[in-house]
Amino acid sequence: MSGIKLKVLVGLVWIFVAQHSNAQDVNELVRKVKAKLDLVNDYTAVGKMKTDVAFIKAPVGAVKMFFKKPDRFKLQRNGGISVLPKGGVSFNMGNLLAATGFTAIDAGTGEVAKIKTRMVKLLPNGDNNDVILSTLYIDESNLLIIKSVTTTRENGTFEMEMSYGKYATYGLPDKVYFSFNAKDYKLPKGITLEFDDADKAIKEKMKGKKGRVEIIYSGYEINKGIADQLFK
Amino acid sequence: MWTHLQIELYKIFKRPRTYLAFAAITALIGVIQLGLKVDGKEYTEFVMADFATSFSVDGNILNGYFICYVILQLLLVHVPLLIALIAADMISGEANMGTLRLLLTKPQSRTAILLAKFLAAVVYTLLLLIWIAIMGLLFSMLIFGTDDLFLMKSSYVVIVKESDVFWRYAGAFCFAALAMVTVAALGFFLSFFAENSIGPIVATMSVIVVCTILSTMNIPLFNTIKPFLFTSHMNNWKEFFDFKVNDANEAIIGTIQNPQKIIQSSCILFAHIVGFVGAAIILFRKKDILS
Amino acid sequence: MQDIVKVSHLSKHFGSLTAVNDLSFSVQPGNVYGFLGQNGAGKSTTIRMLLTLITPSDGDIELFGYSIKTHRKEMLRQIGAVIEKPDVYKYLSAYENLKLFAKLSGIKPNHTLLMNQLEMVGLANRANDVVKTFSQGMKQRLGIAIALVHNPPLIMLDEPTNGLDPQGIADIRNLILHLSREQKKTIIVSSHLLNEIEQIATRILIIDKGKKLVEDSAAALFDSTQTILQVHTTNNAEALEKLSQSTWANHLKPMRDGLLIFQLSQEQIPQLNIDLVQLGIELLSLQPRNSLEDYFLQITAGKQYVDTFTN
Repeated sequence: MSGIKLKVLVGLVWIFVAQHSNAQDVNELVRKVKAKLDLVNDYTAVGKMKTDVAFIKAPVGAVKMFFKKPDRFKLQRNGGISVLPKGGVSFNMGNLLAATGFTAIDAGTGEVAKIKTRMVKLLPNGDNNDVILSTLYIDESNLLIIKSVTTTRENGTFEMEMSYGKYATYGLPDKVYFSFNAKDYKLPKGITLEFDDADKAIKEKMKGKKGRVEIIYSGYEINKGIADQLFK
Repeated sequence: MWTHLQIELYKIFKRPRTYLAFAAITALIGVIQLGLKVDGKEYTEFVMADFATSFSVDGNILNGYFICYVILQLLLVHVPLLIALIAADMISGEANMGTLRLLLTKPQSRTAILLAKFLAAVVYTLLLLIWIAIMGLLFSMLIFGTDDLFLMKSSYVVIVKESDVFWRYAGAFCFAALAMVTVAALGFFLSFFAENSIGPIVATMSVIVVCTILSTMNIPLFNTIKPFLFTSHMNNWKEFFDFKVNDANEAIIGTIQNPQKIIQSSCILFAHIVGFVGAAIILFRKKDILS
Repeated sequence: MQDIVKVSHLSKHFGSLTAVNDLSFSVQPGNVYGFLGQNGAGKSTTIRMLLTLITPSDGDIELFGYSIKTHRKEMLRQIGAVIEKPDVYKYLSAYENLKLFAKLSGIKPNHTLLMNQLEMVGLANRANDVVKTFSQGMKQRLGIAIALVHNPPLIMLDEPTNGLDPQGIADIRNLILHLSREQKKTIIVSSHLLNEIEQIATRILIIDKGKKLVEDSAAALFDSTQTILQVHTTNNAEALEKLSQSTWANHLKPMRDGLLIFQLSQEQIPQLNIDLVQLGIELLSLQPRNSLEDYFLQITAGKQYVDTFTN
């Protein structure tokens, strides 16, 4: 009997806490996250990039990324050729939140990779922003964005999942999974005198499959200063 | 045999016609390189028009490796003509000139004479390919630099790591050599039947053109005979430029997607060579020289 | 003496056409063996069979005592040949052609040998010119130089004077005589021209429609005691009757083309003439010829002279 009471009590406390949290302005949460990200003026990161799109066969390549406040980002492959979904990877949390203004709406809680998160829907103000809607899954205790689902005007919807390690204090991830719906992309039709038509298996395989780009960061150099012309 | 091969090579390289082929290749490759050097950006934009709407491709696509791939694709359609020019003339040309009967009254076995002639045609073919490699690959590498090789297959994109490309070209050229030797063998075989040069040259090209069309057309009726056409296999040098991926769709360096396809095609081409040359020798041994 | 060439029952059929029909002959060392026949008589086919260019349908060929089937390479080493037109590589020089074929003949030619050879045929000063610029006669001489470069004991010349001017023809004739007399070569030479063969051959075979018509030594065929006399009178049948009862009966041969044919020695002709008059036979013509000419006339039926004229 008392056991049941205890459970009810716990339940009520949970609801209260949850409501209390709800009551907390999600705008404030986003602001805090942004403030954390704002600690970084610029960074240079090295890592590896893997492209996993059914109809793209590419080797794992070493990449270098450059970021400078407010929203300048560049991904550079150390030699070689990189194929990225348009407007995709260059999009990152920093420049999303750097957008001039947004409306944050609480969308409840969720769990991503076994981490409890608060879901926040961000609606950028103004019409000329490419982002229409972005849902952030924020780890409230660490003020880290674990996942985002972003719908853009030009480049469809894509998801980013981030995991953090030693650069968590700056809000910089160790790993980013960038996934998008490959179905939305046109198959390349090469004008290459290729006569083979034996790729049906590949066509089958890619149907409805998500394309992914995975970036594994091996190190950051933070706030060391980057020349502007690098982004040109 | 060795003496005879030397003599056959001597004859080939004493003829102006032989150098015509090398000049033609130099000119063709030069034109392609010049065109791509000047307007290469437009070319890649054109080729990737569809792809570029969804993906941004970053890097030096128009590098020497890519140029060589374009050259090989274009050239390997035309090189058979240059090979036929010599190979299809090996027997018929001598019959036409009247030297065949003099040649055959010399104390050499007909098999040895024919093999020497065929080997000379093979040497010529290989030299032509080496020249293509020098002009098409090495010169392109010098002019355009090197980078990863970005290829648009008919339904997917392959990016071959720079360090993983060169051996593939070595393999591709070896395969192309086999394919071109098959053309030489065909021309050689056909040259047995005529006493003028033009006939077998035209016949060789006609066979190749017709078979290539059959190989290319996607019509069920033709699909059943496709595997038996040597032209269906000649293009499989491209298989060298496709690799296996692991479960994470990650390229496995140094692999080939369909090595069995290359082996199978090589065997079929080799069988054609043996067939054509063997038939030519068997027929030639019995042939009455009336010219 | 061993036969250098021994041909037995040789035949060649091209489909329904019989080019050579059961031909047998042999050639002894040192002979100039004349092979006489019209165009298409089977001379070239026979020579090509001797050179292994054509496979016989039937019969055997032995060269130097060995079958050509089993000892092809060894036999060809002993033969030098010019077959009809002297075709060589036009884009190569005379010297290069000679060197190339010398190697193919199984010898290692040195410069002196090659130049001597070209000297012999009078081409030393044109050694480095491409053959494209040569006249037919020069090409023919180069062809002969090629045939002789490996010093073969047996030489086969198929229509060697075809397309040559009178000087060229004379040059070839002299060369053949030189090779035969000075160098003791055995030579087989074919021609459709009687006067050409009769000036050089020591033994002659006349071939017609693939078959041997006659084969004999030149001496026998030119024998003046065996002169063939063709007699035309106002009435040949009546003349034959009268002659059958005369002393000339045993010199009479069967009539040919309605004409009377005698075989006798040249010295007997004046006496025959007197006797004919005494027998009251009115003579229209009287034509003596040696037996070679006679055989040749039989196969050509007068065409020969037209050929000679047009040549």
